[in-house]
Amino acid sequence: MRIPVDTVMVEERASSFTCRSIKTESKQQGLRLVLSMIDLTTLEGKDTPEKVRSLCAKAMFPWEGEIEPPLPSVAAVCVYPNLVRVAKLALEGSTVAVASVATGFPSGQYPLDIRINDVTDAVKAGADEIDMVINRGAFLSGSFDEVAEEITRVREACGNAHLKIILETGELETLENIRVASDLAILAAAKAGPIQDGEVFIKTSTGKVSPAATMPVTLVMLDAIREYYDKTGIRIGMKPAGGIRTAKQALHYLVMVKETLGNAWLNKSLFRFGASSLTNDVLRQLVRQQTGRYTASYDFSEA
Amino acid sequence: MSIDTQQETPGEWEYSPAPERTQVSIEPKNKLFIGGKFVSPKSRSWFVTLNPATEEKLADIACGGKADVNAAVLAAKKALPKWSKLDGSVRAKYLYRIARRIQERAREFAILETMDGGKPIKESRDIDIPLAAQHFFYYAGWADKLEYAFAGCTVSPVGVCAQIIPWNFPLLMAAWKLAPALACGNTCILKPAETTSLTALRLAEVIQEIGLPEGVANIVTGAGNTGRLLAEHSGVNKVAFTGSTEVGKLLMRGTAGTGKKLTLELGGKGANIIFADAAIDQAVEGIISGIYFNQGHVCCAGSRLLVEESILDEVVQKLTHRLRSLRVGDPLDKNTDLGAINSQSQLEIVQQYVRAGVDEGAQLHEVHQERLPSKGYWCHPCFFTDVQPSHTIAREEIFGPVLSIMTFRTPQEAIMRANDSPYGLAAGIWTDKGSKIFEIAKELEAGVIWCNTYNKFDPASPFGGFKESGFGREGGMQGLRPYVRLQKVRGSAS
Amino acid sequence: MARLTVPKTYKLYINGKFPRTESGRSIAVENLRGETVAHICHGSRKDFRDAVEAADKAFTSWSGISGYLRGQIIYRMAEMLESRCEEFASAIQVTQSMTANSARKEVDASVDRLVRFAGWTDKYQQVIGCANPVAGSYYNFTIPQPQGVVVAIAPKTPSLLGLISCIGAPLCSGNTIVAIGSDLHPMSTAIFGEVCQTSDVPSGVINLITGLQQELIEHIATHRQVTGIYAANISQKNRILIEEGAADSVKRVHCVTADDDAWYDNSQMASPWEVEPFVEMKTIWHPSAC
Repeated sequence: MRIPVDTVMVEERASSFTCRSIKTESKQQGLRLVLSMIDLTTLEGKDTPEKVRSLCAKAMFPWEGEIEPPLPSVAAVCVYPNLVRVAKLALEGSTVAVASVATGFPSGQYPLDIRINDVTDAVKAGADEIDMVINRGAFLSGSFDEVAEEITRVREACGNAHLKIILETGELETLENIRVASDLAILAAAKAGPIQDGEVFIKTSTGKVSPAATMPVTLVMLDAIREYYDKTGIRIGMKPAGGIRTAKQALHYLVMVKETLGNAWLNKSLFRFGASSLTNDVLRQLVRQQTGRYTASYDFSEA
Repeated sequence: MSIDTQQETPGEWEYSPAPERTQVSIEPKNKLFIGGKFVSPKSRSWFVTLNPATEEKLADIACGGKADVNAAVLAAKKALPKWSKLDGSVRAKYLYRIARRIQERAREFAILETMDGGKPIKESRDIDIPLAAQHFFYYAGWADKLEYAFAGCTVSPVGVCAQIIPWNFPLLMAAWKLAPALACGNTCILKPAETTSLTALRLAEVIQEIGLPEGVANIVTGAGNTGRLLAEHSGVNKVAFTGSTEVGKLLMRGTAGTGKKLTLELGGKGANIIFADAAIDQAVEGIISGIYFNQGHVCCAGSRLLVEESILDEVVQKLTHRLRSLRVGDPLDKNTDLGAINSQSQLEIVQQYVRAGVDEGAQLHEVHQERLPSKGYWCHPCFFTDVQPSHTIAREEIFGPVLSIMTFRTPQEAIMRANDSPYGLAAGIWTDKGSKIFEIAKELEAGVIWCNTYNKFDPASPFGGFKESGFGREGGMQGLRPYVRLQKVRGSAS
Repeated sequence: MARLTVPKTYKLYINGKFPRTESGRSIAVENLRGETVAHICHGSRKDFRDAVEAADKAFTSWSGISGYLRGQIIYRMAEMLESRCEEFASAIQVTQSMTANSARKEVDASVDRLVRFAGWTDKYQQVIGCANPVAGSYYNFTIPQPQGVVVAIAPKTPSLLGLISCIGAPLCSGNTIVAIGSDLHPMSTAIFGEVCQTSDVPSGVINLITGLQQELIEHIATHRQVTGIYAANISQKNRILIEEGAADSVKRVHCVTADDDAWYDNSQMASPWEVEPFVEMKTIWHPSAC
């Protein structure tokens, strides 16, 4: 069912969150929250086991300096299926989860059985979370049932792994399409079986297409999550990915989540940031608040 | 190397105080601005202005009496010949200077506006002050282009203008009055509202700084009586008033038969109409900006919500949820959404209406439960359901953060209910269907119709009411009309 | 010994930058005593082509911002020009026999002309657009929209005031400009780019070419990306050239002939009817019914 979405008003509301002034304790707390919600990501054709190992080390211990209270590790590491085993081994004993992209990420332009096998293989390799892509070609040509059916089958293939459903909002373009896709994705996932809070996420983008995550797009998806919660009492998670590079931006997203959904969503089991360079900017802000000094770019290791 | 092994983060994340820290100095005794100078009142009378958030005294303000009003009118009269004969492009440059100077001193103006009137710093900073500067910028551009605004006429100024403004948008209302008047070659005496004189007087500093010729713009502070004296002065050619319908009617009677031009921008009880086919989440945002913006101290507020019955529950649920994130508090905190009510008397009025609503059988919804500070004038934003069109809270202007919700079933009924009011200032229509928007906009008896939006202001957009919300327009090309005399160019004999 | 100066190199102004002409050619500028005081760029058709491309790229965002913002930018140009009035007065006098007072008068008028156009950006719509009372259940309104890239061929004199007037009219409605400055008195054009650059004018919105106007006429007339031409005081021969060449892509051509005095008159050179040739009237119908 098509829900009208007024773009100008969405953009205004999204922009109002950026006017919130987050200072002192709330800034410290917010920054730590952001850090704990990051899915540290590497999705390159040139990824190697060593690359992934260094990313996992950064994920577990983002900064080697002393800080009170101690820093949390990030929420998860996100890699291609081929590198799941490496990541799993590197992260053993830590609280960092292994998320794998699957379903022919990022384009998804492959036969369905290949895409399902992609999921099964990643789960077998030990992925705790699967980030899938929806079939945008089918969506934009109006085959909504096909899109939904595929999501249901992917969730079934996930088993115990949590599922994040990437809408690729940059390709869907309009906020109304994004709302339709959000509602469709949630209902399709629910068709595969009952959902516990946080087992299913809707995610903005692969990060390979521009624009990636934006605040208006995220707001529309949060509205869809809100309505689902109002109707069923179930909390769907949300992950904006790509384009969030600064701590300031990330704090704006937290404000948006807090004021749209409520404090209950402000933890890593219900909200994630798909980012990589964000980590160091958060650290920069945290350390500056602690020491009072502006930091140099070399103060923080590259992942 | 330190790592937090306790991975569960606490569920609460609250905003720390984020006070605006810049200090603004305020004169302890604020004089009148007449003939280009700050002068003590001949009346020797002063009154106190308070910060409504703290009830602390901010300053003494001069109270203009008969002799002061007279001096101001004379100064305006004296300055008129030279000012009106100046090339429009020169008047334009003075107004551009005012606009630029307001932009340069924006922070100072915003803080002063918040301290004197109670509105959140976020609003004075992001809306009031930028719009005020923009208003001067816009009308500066008309000053040398008047011949294009009135086809077939030669244009001359009206003369000396008495301009009486309210306390809800003090600097912005001063801009709405002074900018078009000065652009058209008139000279002015501005009478700010009693509780909010400080930003007008700061504007007087700007006027002095940029070298506006003496007497072209004068500011006489005072109370209701000062305004009456000003409007009734025989040397005044035009009266412009924004305020309550009650006082507007007094002015109409008071100026009857005098030949003075009059424009009035009075009260309202705006109908905000939401159809089932609207973008509902965004419509709820529109409700919030319609009635809770500026604590509801807005003449064009969407204070009556007309909801299509089939979506009533959904709208009430979403409105309740959305209200929770509105923050009531210290107006100088950058995260405050709703500041203080402007005065003790206004607070009492709002509280009376809330009691009336309850007494008449409507259902009060108050989402915020926190205790309000003991000092200052505060009111939680709230709304009423089960409101009937005959209820007091459905008919009378409350001028506070109180929304009355009623239902309708068909477009015709919505139009009828919306028009069922002596007021006719503004209305809102929320629907995804374009043809419905245009048809209903045509039928509504309101001077400003916001479609899928609310409370949008722009100097290029004419603003004003139908019926007892007043007459005359401010903003846009039509906003020039009240400030000019038109001589029709003689046509050729046939 | 007197201090040795660092003489200025004069370049073109294209896409917010100051490139030399790709042709490498220059024109010596002689002052009234016959001394060579500067070498300005001899702009080529390729420079013109680059400028059109820059202007085309800049069109979407320049036409997309509010009239108010355009007005603020044009007002800032006035502020910047005002702050450099002495320099521009000198520049005008290099090749033109004028008193310092007259030169100053031209600069002052140029500043005021910019202020005049700054004020039009959010008003001409109300004067030349309208709501139309058609028969039937329809809303109908006509809104003026900018066209695209407009080439301004500035008059030989007044070199600064004419340049600014030919730029200002199409600029204030959201068109982007390639202006070919007076070749008789090129110095104001040679430095006007600096005023644009320091006034928050986005890159590509205004582009300035110095050189020989005659050489470029044919290319101006026939470049298919150019949507409008504002030609001031051109010869009859050139008028024919331009209007014939414009036919190929149906350009809007606006030719004016004005003597020096007329340029100083706002109602002749800065009315909404100088803006109007460079906008397209878009009429929109929408039904009105529940």
